[in-house]
Amino acid sequence: MKTYPGELGDIQEKDIMKDIEIMSMASVHFFCVLSIILSAVVPAFLLEKFSVLGTHLTWLCICSVSVAAVNIIASVVLKPNPSPKRNSLSHKVTRFLKSCLYFMISCLLFHTIVVLYGAPLLESVLETFLFAALLSTFTTLRCLCLLGLNLQAWIRVFSKNGAMSIWDSSLQITTVCSIVGAWLGAFPIPLDWDRPWQVWPISCSFGATFGYVAGLITAPLWIYWNRKQLTYKSK
Amino acid sequence: MRRVPVLLFLAWICLLFYAGIGIFMSGFLLMRIELSQQSSCLDELVPRTRAGGETSDSCWMDRRFRRVVIVVIDALRYEFARFDPKNLNPKPYENRLQVIHQLISSQPHHARLYPFKADPPTTTMQRIKGITTGSLPTFIDVSSNFASYAIQEDNLIDQLVQNGKRVVFMGDDTWDGLFPQKFFKSYFFPSFNVKDLHTVDNGILRHLLPTVDGGEWDVLIAHFLGVDHCGHKHGPDHPETAKKLSQMNEMMRSLIEHLHNDTLLVVIGDHGMTDTGDHGGDTEKEVTAALFIYSKTALFRDRLLEEPEVVPQVNLVPTLALLLGIPIPYSNIGEVMADVFSWDDTHRDSSGSQALAYQINARQVNRFLHSYSQAAEDLPVEKLRHLEGLFSSAADSYNQLMSEMQEKPGSILNLEALLQQQTRDLQHYLREARAVCTASWARFHPLRMVAGIAIIAATCLLCCVISEVPMELEILYRSLLLSLVVWGMSVAAFLSFWQWATSKETELVLICSWAAAISQLSFLWQVWKMRSKRDSVSGSRWLRRSLSMKQRLLMVVKWVLPMTILFFRCCAMFSDSFLVAEARVVPFLLQSLSILVLAKLHWSGKLIMPGWATSGLPVESHKPSPIPTYRRESLHLLGLLMSFQFCVLFSAVFHSCRDEIPGCESSPFLTPLSSLQNVQTKNLSYGLCVASLVAIIYLIRSWLRHYGNLNSSSPLVLFVRWGFPLIAVWISCYWAISSGIEDNMAKLQEIIQVALVACPRAVCGLVALGLFVALWNPMTVFVQDSRESTEHIVTAYQGIPNSEADLRHVIPQIYRKMQKSLKSRLSGADEDDKATVAAYGLGSVYSAALVIVLSLLIFFLLMLHSEGMSLAFLLLLVEGFILLQLHGCAVKLSAASDGSEHFLVPWDSVTAWAFASTQFFYSTGHQPILPAIHWNAAFVGFVDGHGSNLLPAFLVGANTFASHILFAVGCPLLLLWPFLGESSSSRKRKAKKDWRDGEVEEELPVMEMRLRECPEKFSAALLQLALKYLFVLGVQLLACVCAALILRRHLMVWKVFAPKFLFEALGFVVSSSSLLIGIALVMRVDCAVSTWFKKLILAQPR
Repeated sequence: MKTYPGELGDIQEKDIMKDIEIMSMASVHFFCVLSIILSAVVPAFLLEKFSVLGTHLTWLCICSVSVAAVNIIASVVLKPNPSPKRNSLSHKVTRFLKSCLYFMISCLLFHTIVVLYGAPLLESVLETFLFAALLSTFTTLRCLCLLGLNLQAWIRVFSKNGAMSIWDSSLQITTVCSIVGAWLGAFPIPLDWDRPWQVWPISCSFGATFGYVAGLITAPLWIYWNRKQLTYKSK
Repeated sequence: MRRVPVLLFLAWICLLFYAGIGIFMSGFLLMRIELSQQSSCLDELVPRTRAGGETSDSCWMDRRFRRVVIVVIDALRYEFARFDPKNLNPKPYENRLQVIHQLISSQPHHARLYPFKADPPTTTMQRIKGITTGSLPTFIDVSSNFASYAIQEDNLIDQLVQNGKRVVFMGDDTWDGLFPQKFFKSYFFPSFNVKDLHTVDNGILRHLLPTVDGGEWDVLIAHFLGVDHCGHKHGPDHPETAKKLSQMNEMMRSLIEHLHNDTLLVVIGDHGMTDTGDHGGDTEKEVTAALFIYSKTALFRDRLLEEPEVVPQVNLVPTLALLLGIPIPYSNIGEVMADVFSWDDTHRDSSGSQALAYQINARQVNRFLHSYSQAAEDLPVEKLRHLEGLFSSAADSYNQLMSEMQEKPGSILNLEALLQQQTRDLQHYLREARAVCTASWARFHPLRMVAGIAIIAATCLLCCVISEVPMELEILYRSLLLSLVVWGMSVAAFLSFWQWATSKETELVLICSWAAAISQLSFLWQVWKMRSKRDSVSGSRWLRRSLSMKQRLLMVVKWVLPMTILFFRCCAMFSDSFLVAEARVVPFLLQSLSILVLAKLHWSGKLIMPGWATSGLPVESHKPSPIPTYRRESLHLLGLLMSFQFCVLFSAVFHSCRDEIPGCESSPFLTPLSSLQNVQTKNLSYGLCVASLVAIIYLIRSWLRHYGNLNSSSPLVLFVRWGFPLIAVWISCYWAISSGIEDNMAKLQEIIQVALVACPRAVCGLVALGLFVALWNPMTVFVQDSRESTEHIVTAYQGIPNSEADLRHVIPQIYRKMQKSLKSRLSGADEDDKATVAAYGLGSVYSAALVIVLSLLIFFLLMLHSEGMSLAFLLLLVEGFILLQLHGCAVKLSAASDGSEHFLVPWDSVTAWAFASTQFFYSTGHQPILPAIHWNAAFVGFVDGHGSNLLPAFLVGANTFASHILFAVGCPLLLLWPFLGESSSSRKRKAKKDWRDGEVEEELPVMEMRLRECPEKFSAALLQLALKYLFVLGVQLLACVCAALILRRHLMVWKVFAPKFLFEALGFVVSSSSLLIGIALVMRVDCAVSTWFKKLILAQPR
């Protein structure tokens, strides 16, 4: 993972490298999906009166935490981002604290955006914030895990032809999918069906989750499909 | 610059749209005029022959029953009420009302069940109107008052109340809206929640029998909703329906036990339902309801042998009226039920009373038709004449018969037969009369609707295609226009002649739509012909096709984003929930669109400094910097985006409510100040309103000053300097007076009355003056002529300007000179020796004129709204400005290095602009429902009302479509704005390149004068922009129209979809005509600029 197949010249080796990378990514994604499914199923056995709709906030927390855990573990194990030069403990701590700060900022940003989009400002603040936290977990946390604190890299990844590895591509796909899913999730709210899942923010968080899952599933497939076209330039 | 052809072409497109709207409307909107006349006891339609009626409280005809109980079971289909003993395996809705069957079989002279035929639309409110007025309800019953749902026409309830009957009502609260304060006693229950099966029914059952036993009533109406709600929730084929019907059965059984001998029981269903439980349309199952009549005294003379005949719903009105001895409502077109008037009276033969009832009925209908044909012209004349003939012959023979009978009673042998003949004649007359009315009032014309949709869709396509073809095709519209007009006119003439020849009556809508369709076809044919000809001439067909394929692909990518959002918007038109929530839906989509535009810019790397290569392969030659840095504009852009989002969010403060959204409260800004009680809050809000007015003026003036358009001494600038504050003073005076009418100022009452009229009229006059000045001389350029006699302003040019080409060469030169001199003046440098003519604000001359006109319009429209809405208009101004800035920035960032792309306004901006106009329709306190129209606007400046209808319609229309007008007139700004943004960036670049002195001159901003440099492109760009805007509006209209067609049987069609269609269509008409005005204004400015330049060159000393 630490070396990218750049101008090595050996096409065979490049392909093999790519396949291995895709496989490892697919497995990480699989664990992410599994964690989401488990977060909906397992707590029902442990907690009383747990249901995804009824105690939605609990589920939001559990889902965020489990997805975050999987992502962090995967990033520790696989180390997709080049590790910085200085690797002392204090640097690690500051990096960790900085990451937490970034995550909080992104939660607040998402909260603001959601309110700007018409979520209630004063009522159900907790719901809105947890929804923002879920979105941050699906998007910002992955960025933090995969790209580190390098904001320039973030800007690069989210622009045309900016992906430098399959991880970047998958990041693009999952982020866009989860945000679009959350956006689409707002659509059923005005309908007069009187369903329990039309209550804010359930439909939106479902949309985000489904979008995220869809992104996780499509990203390896899409990359595998287009692996001939994808030529990542090396740094 | 082609001015007239562009305008004509746009007008042609608009006319195509209008023709489509017109033909759709004629097929969809059922119209009728409500008459205000009321029947009264004193109208002696048939002179009473008998001396001294024994019952003094009867009118027109002796009453038969003292009391009547009307039980309305919503959606009681005929099959629900029928009982088939042979059916051993009944469905949930069959054989449930046994009591009806038992009564019919045991007491055939007392009870009878009829199929009860409803006239579409079969929605409850329209049906209640039908059952009480005896007329055909339509979507728009044009009456004196739109503001409430209350029935204005003469109706059964009114007649009952006027004749001293005590009417008690219980059940569906729709009746409360229709007959406010009419009932002696009432128990209303909410009908809103369709899912709730029991609240209304149980409420009625609680009160029904006690009320009946109490005896404090003459007419009792009970409206049960359970069956209908059950149908909506579960459909008829569901056990719940069976339960509900059994409950109704029990109710009837116990009710009948409590009735007296002088009481008539009428059980009706207002409409039926389809097999899915819906209603609203005109299928057999929806229109066939049940009618059950029962009384404890014998009612019918004959036993019923065969199936009972079908009774149209309107027939209930005259029947009940005559049975109760009250006048038949004035506008009734129903016919009395012959069966009920054939009882065996002791002193009177049955045919006589039957004939009398028919006679009264026929005379009433004839009177109505007479009054109606005087008030409106939608009933065909020949038919009316024919009916008149039928009626007069029948009436004459009746009169003759009566006089004969009075002279020698008992002498006529076959009296019975003669009377029956009479009755038959009148029956024939009444049925034909009803058929004539039905034909013109209550029938959809699907063919016309589809034709309208086809025309609108084709025109949308036309707009889209023409706005996307490259500039080279712009020559088309000039040469084609004549043939279009010729084709359209000839077809129209031919059709009108043909119609006139065949039927002697012409229908304008039909002719227009045919003309539109033919001219459109001829246009397409000619374009195709021209294209193929040119292709064969040029011979490079293959090359072009391959190129255009690539371009087309590029175009599709550009399209996807705004078109997806537009598609969502159109889909939302098909759901009543989304239409109800449209005030939130449109801002949501608008916000998404703006964010997406920014995301797209970021994605394509336009926000990042060009040094950092984002394009695929790394550039080898000069090393790209590893750190991407954002341009300075992108931060600016982000700030703009944030403030835009805040504006959109804040605009929700001004929404008003529709009653479908529970717990919604209308904006406090919508209430006029005069209704505020607290003096302090009143003063505070007045201060706020005036402050926002001042802010509007300040913003506009500072914008003009920034671009140097406030220096000249031309009349327009003087008007902006002095007229605007004057307008503000007048408006605030008007607000102060209209909000502060207190009792303690009784002495000043007369002055206040005068001021209430004078202030708004003064504002109107000033605005009109301003518009006139703006049209007369739209130049806001300050020229400072400091040239010396020896020096020419143009250095590059030597010769006499005798051709267009020379002029075109000269103009930029002059302009650059001016700019340069201006620069040096501003920088305070004294080396002014080269400066010749300085023109301040020439670079923004087009948009300055537009902005001034827009601000004048804002003042006028703001005055028509309630005071608090001035804040909304301030917000509109700010949001429009931010949107334009965003658009300008985005275009500048995404433009290729050459300026050609400036001439193409991207679809995102046009879509956003159209959405913003819809957003502010809601944010100026409007809703697309008729009761939400601000009728007060008609009385601004006209305290005592109007003589004609034209002026109030204009005022109310301007109030309702204020945002449509503003955004459409301001639409050309989308084209102009990116040119304005040029100045600052170039200046910066200039500062950088200061050391290279030679290049400074070339880099000077030319701004909007760039448009003048290529007039052909300018006119084409204006045309394309207008077509794009029309396309976006047209697609929304198309979606709305399709929704109205497809969902014309929907439950909510008359409450949601039809009003929405009406507002959308009117909004389109207003928007498109305002767009034409805006474009025309730009062209007027262009004219003025041309003459100005010519004058300048001629004045130049040689």
